[in-house]
Amino acid sequence: MPEKFDVIVVGAGPAGTACALTCAKSDLNVLLIERGEYPGAKNVMGGVLYRKQMEELVPEFWKEAPLERPVIEQRFWMMDKESVVQFGYKGLEWATEPYNNFTVLRAQFDQWFAKKAVDAGALLINETVVTECIVENGKVVGVRTDRPDGEVYADVVVLADGVNSLLSKQLGFHKEFRPDEVALTVMEVINLPKEKINDRFNVEDNQGCTIEIFGDSTKGNLGTAFLYTNKESLNIGVGTTLSSMIKAKIKPYELLDYLKNHPMVKPLIAGGESAEYLAHLIPEGGYRSVPKVAGNGVIIIGDAAQLVNAIHREGSNMAMYSGKLAAETIVQAKSREDYSESSLNSYREALYGSFIMKDLEKYKDAAHTFEKYPQYFNDYVPMMNKAMSKFFTVDGTPKREKQKQIMKSVTAEKGTLRVLQDLYRAWKAVK
Amino acid sequence: MSTKNIEEKQYLLRFKCDTKSHLTVLDHDVCMTQCPDKICTVFCPAEVYKWEGTRMQVGYEGCHECGSCRIGCPYQNIKWEYPKGGHGIVFRLA
Repeated sequence: MPEKFDVIVVGAGPAGTACALTCAKSDLNVLLIERGEYPGAKNVMGGVLYRKQMEELVPEFWKEAPLERPVIEQRFWMMDKESVVQFGYKGLEWATEPYNNFTVLRAQFDQWFAKKAVDAGALLINETVVTECIVENGKVVGVRTDRPDGEVYADVVVLADGVNSLLSKQLGFHKEFRPDEVALTVMEVINLPKEKINDRFNVEDNQGCTIEIFGDSTKGNLGTAFLYTNKESLNIGVGTTLSSMIKAKIKPYELLDYLKNHPMVKPLIAGGESAEYLAHLIPEGGYRSVPKVAGNGVIIIGDAAQLVNAIHREGSNMAMYSGKLAAETIVQAKSREDYSESSLNSYREALYGSFIMKDLEKYKDAAHTFEKYPQYFNDYVPMMNKAMSKFFTVDGTPKREKQKQIMKSVTAEKGTLRVLQDLYRAWKAVK
Repeated sequence: MSTKNIEEKQYLLRFKCDTKSHLTVLDHDVCMTQCPDKICTVFCPAEVYKWEGTRMQVGYEGCHECGSCRIGCPYQNIKWEYPKGGHGIVFRLA
């Protein structure tokens, strides 16, 4: 007699664990399957964890979770070769409870989070790959794993298998993603003494800073770089769409080294010791790339469902929230004893009614626009830098004259009409 | 020290290697005759793919399991599976 659960969750990342935890709290019988040696062994993120969605799963988690620093300052850099235009926000309201977001190291955080699901009653099995969903009469009824006699059954299978969701592809819920629907990102964890981090980033012990870097950080390609402060290390990384990387024939690790050696970045990481190097894909196709998310006996959550807001670097929070919504749907389905697609579609409705799909809808044209019109990163970032340099360099030119010269140099380079077109197009893509 | 090249970066990592590759180049002739750029040798973040004149060498042992090669191969010529449970890369930090 094969084993049967109420729910099988594939993948113990933020989405899968959130789903398993919520199901277990509702007394469902949950199996959480993880392919890594431990939850987190295969998981990568730049490092920002948002408080709001996590708090709904584990109230006051910051009192016990392995977090790095609460982020109290978010900086944005428009970087050229030897200069940078900066803006940002720093606020001490983010330095106290309930906080806004935290930097985290995922290998530690994910283990802690998965243990929460286990404590709530979920069964976690590591080192197990789900090779396919078992489909009977058009309904997913379980999973086949790479363990001997590794077939397990459930009323609902939740696919939280990440950006490389081979399982949802096998089910025909989406085709292979295109290279412009994913961003290849590489990063390093660089150890640096706490005092140096505090001094260089102008923060105290339990305060963190994030910097998002546009422009020369990707050599003008569609993407961003980031530099985040942990307790005693920095996460530095850079990514572009895979299509941009292919087109520009970039080696991602060379781009990372270029960033590390950039004169605006180098002093911040100087003397640091590399501790880990990581590569990962981020699903950045947005609204239009979200696949079918519910079928007969199956639900798809997190990265596997392309739930990432690349513009605001939100992903793990969306993963967690989608996991929670899926769990709530499963609990309802259980009370009805109906696990058909129409029953599980209440997850789809909840997802589309939530901030997740509303935000993805808002930016549905952004990635496409910026990929198609590379001038935003290529031309306008250097232009902004030149304008600022000109405006703030005191050389006896009257300020009004300077303004004129700046406007002239912008329109001379592109033509007034094109500048206006570009501005309108960018505004439309993010409005 | 901060790493300066891919060899130093890969050296930071722990891998629990399987004896069997989870990555398979389906047809080496496609790489040879149709793919002058051999773009996987460029964008792979772990330098897994190396062109050896007549065939593609696949150093699956150093793979980060990111999936870029499966999506980025212009000829869908790479069969991509997950390594056996518990095998492959083991991230310890981020």
